[in-house]
Amino acid sequence: MSANQGTATTPEFYLREEHHVENGSMLGFWLYLMNDSLIFAILFACYGVLGANYAGGPGPAELFDLRLIAVNTALLLLSSITYGMVMIEMQRKNVRAMQMWFVITGLLGAGFIGIELYEFAHLIHIDAGPGRSAFLSSFFALVGCHGLHVTFGIIWLVTLMVQLQKRGVDAVMWRRVSCLSLFWHFLDVVWIGVFTFVYLMGVLR
Amino acid sequence: MATAAPQDRSELAEFLFGRLSLDSLAFLHDPILLGTFIGSAIGGMAVLGWVTKQQLWGYLWREWFCSIDHKKIGVMYIILALVMLLRGFADAIMMRTHQAVAFGDSMGYLPPHHYDQIFTAHGMIMIFFVAMPMIAGLMNIIVPLQIGARDVAFPFLNNLSLWLSTAGAALVMVSLFVGEFATTGWLAYPPLSGAEHSPGVGVDYYIWALQIAGVGTLLTGINFLVTIVKMRAPGMRLMKMPVFTWTALCTNVLIVAAFPVLTAALALLAMDRYLGTHFFTADGGGNAMMYINIIWIWGHPEVYILILPIFGVFSEVVPAFSRKPLFGYTSMVYATCVITILSYLVWLHHFFTMGSGASVNAFFGLATMIISIPTGAKLFNWLFTMYRGRIRMTLPMMWTLAFMVTFTVGGMTGVMLAIPPVDFLLHNSLFLIAHFHNVIIGGVVFGFFAGFNFWFPKVTGFRLEEFWGKVSFWLWLVGYWVAFTPLYILGLMGVSRRMSHFDDPSLQIWFEIAMVGAFLIAGGIAAFFMQIYVSFRKREELRDHTGDPWNARTLEWSTSSPPPPYNFAFTPVVHEQDAWWDMKKRGYERPTQGFIPIHMPKNTAAGMVLSAIATICGFGLIWHIWWMVIASFVLLVIGSIVHTFNTDRDYHIPAEEVARIEAERTQQLAAAGAQA
Repeated sequence: MSANQGTATTPEFYLREEHHVENGSMLGFWLYLMNDSLIFAILFACYGVLGANYAGGPGPAELFDLRLIAVNTALLLLSSITYGMVMIEMQRKNVRAMQMWFVITGLLGAGFIGIELYEFAHLIHIDAGPGRSAFLSSFFALVGCHGLHVTFGIIWLVTLMVQLQKRGVDAVMWRRVSCLSLFWHFLDVVWIGVFTFVYLMGVLR
Repeated sequence: MATAAPQDRSELAEFLFGRLSLDSLAFLHDPILLGTFIGSAIGGMAVLGWVTKQQLWGYLWREWFCSIDHKKIGVMYIILALVMLLRGFADAIMMRTHQAVAFGDSMGYLPPHHYDQIFTAHGMIMIFFVAMPMIAGLMNIIVPLQIGARDVAFPFLNNLSLWLSTAGAALVMVSLFVGEFATTGWLAYPPLSGAEHSPGVGVDYYIWALQIAGVGTLLTGINFLVTIVKMRAPGMRLMKMPVFTWTALCTNVLIVAAFPVLTAALALLAMDRYLGTHFFTADGGGNAMMYINIIWIWGHPEVYILILPIFGVFSEVVPAFSRKPLFGYTSMVYATCVITILSYLVWLHHFFTMGSGASVNAFFGLATMIISIPTGAKLFNWLFTMYRGRIRMTLPMMWTLAFMVTFTVGGMTGVMLAIPPVDFLLHNSLFLIAHFHNVIIGGVVFGFFAGFNFWFPKVTGFRLEEFWGKVSFWLWLVGYWVAFTPLYILGLMGVSRRMSHFDDPSLQIWFEIAMVGAFLIAGGIAAFFMQIYVSFRKREELRDHTGDPWNARTLEWSTSSPPPPYNFAFTPVVHEQDAWWDMKKRGYERPTQGFIPIHMPKNTAAGMVLSAIATICGFGLIWHIWWMVIASFVLLVIGSIVHTFNTDRDYHIPAEEVARIEAERTQQLAAAGAQA
């Protein structure tokens, strides 16, 4: 390889050490979130198009209980803050504190899902289920899709708690906890859209 | 034969089998399907028996099915594409023969319900399970080699993508014998595809095959974006990337930005069918045109997902066989990016007749016509690359020239269709069918064959022989024109697509000519397989020891053929566009010592296992076998979680092993040099 050692005429054509490639997981996860936001965009668009098609059924003003939704929103937004605490504790490599904030975050998420399930059960009970009208179809699809995401977020969170206990804070766990952090905040952002466009503006309509 | 009509089935049978009963095995009553079943059963058994006899199962499982090597995954994608091409083409030839005889008193040999399934399956299979795996296969094999990487960014996800695509294809194949396929056309427009008008399992096969394969495609998109953005060899700035990699980058941007829309559209259609919602129904406030908008917001970018990498193939083939750098590299890159963006602004041209008004139609018509400008720029770039080049008329070059002529005609009929008033006349006619076959066969398929002939020696270590390749080429080219020119003419006369019977005898001659064309193409396909077979038999004669049989320009030709598992013993450093040409020109000497251990990902069965479970889940959803759905879904989640606990994911190829492989290559090169 002597000929390749960078004399004036022949430049270096290969690396003699292993080429260290930056891990692409975070970029990949951002791209995944972009995917997901497109799915939500379609669901929002459907709600925008179909949201006023009541088909003789009840409309948002009759159905939505804003006090309940306010509690729900508060739970989810709080859980974003507590997830932030997980990230702060991760920088301190404090596994115990991370686990505690994980538990609180998970419980807040579970509370959110509980209230949402109660709301859905109530709507279906008063004959305002997803098959009642196009408005309710698009409502259930959008809010339900968000709820499914939160549910998977909670399953993921529990998985990470187990892995964190096994491995402590290493490079892999750092990446995984950061990915879930992005996911969790992303769901918060989507929920702010849902709260505004579906609930607040729906009740105004 | 025991019959179990749904009404007198016990609750237990209902629970265990959902909608599935012995009646679902409809092929037993249909001679065509029965023949197909017997034929594929015998063929399948023969293949399985041969593999067993040769004791290849362990080898196939370890070295291929579980492999996370991008080159092997690429090869498997192409095998999937070729297998599905046979299925999709069988549908095509049935349609052509049926339409050629179904005139007047003759109803043809396919009952309308069967005919409808065939045109639906043909379209869906050709796009999703032939064209897409062709593209995914080429990208898999070539992109990491062109950018000087060891593998893709997420090798396991790459394997999972392959098997999810295969799972989707498997579900479509199952629909041939168990139940039925959709009768709705390849995009399953509601309300026809809704529960009321399509109560059977056909649309459900369609939905779940696409959802499962779509997840695979989406993961591929993310994977290749990250690979191209993060893993390029040092020195390869964006504007030094080979054009094929550029087009792959743009295609993956389109995948990531379009496939979620398909997922959402199909999920909403599934909700209409399964949960009784009213997104696209005619009643309850639903809006069927919303589905058509959403599906085409995915569907139009999809055609560019298919054609952009093919433009990349030509941009590699033309310079290699003209012995000149690509003319207008920068304009080529910009043209690709402009097409990427514009492809998002034209979806409404698929339904000008919706009635959105003159202004909206004018906008989308103009946007569509504007796409022909960057595409035209590309054609001129290829022409100017050839101008005063030392052109070698090899097979890849012949396919490229055939493409340039054929595709240009397809592009021009596309511009005709982009004029809304013209589209009002030609909408839903055979003119449209001729147009998109003109660009998909003349573009994607011809380009795939160009790339296949070009890169085959890189993958296998021997070239494809030319005689059968030329036979295949001429049969395809002539066959294409004979098959589709009559459809242009019929379309201009106002003949609708998707008809299973005609009354006007004056049309028959055109359908007969088209049928002849279809048989010529069948000959082209047979000659193509013959070409592979003959090349394999004569592989020692055709062997290439240099790794660079065409004296080509980009990095994939700098390594051996087939490349070692690690691709490059040392990561290349790039200084110019056409990095390998630059290395050859400036006296690069291949390193023969000082090797270091190479870090590689490990093979895994997880992709196959998860995809198999996904297939079972899809089957349960199609037949309403809810216990199967729940069980397999839970397994899927658990399986994915268990996989994240697996820490044994990589290993090092020891330096001695690298040295041994590289020493073999040194000997091969010396032998090749002595011969020359």
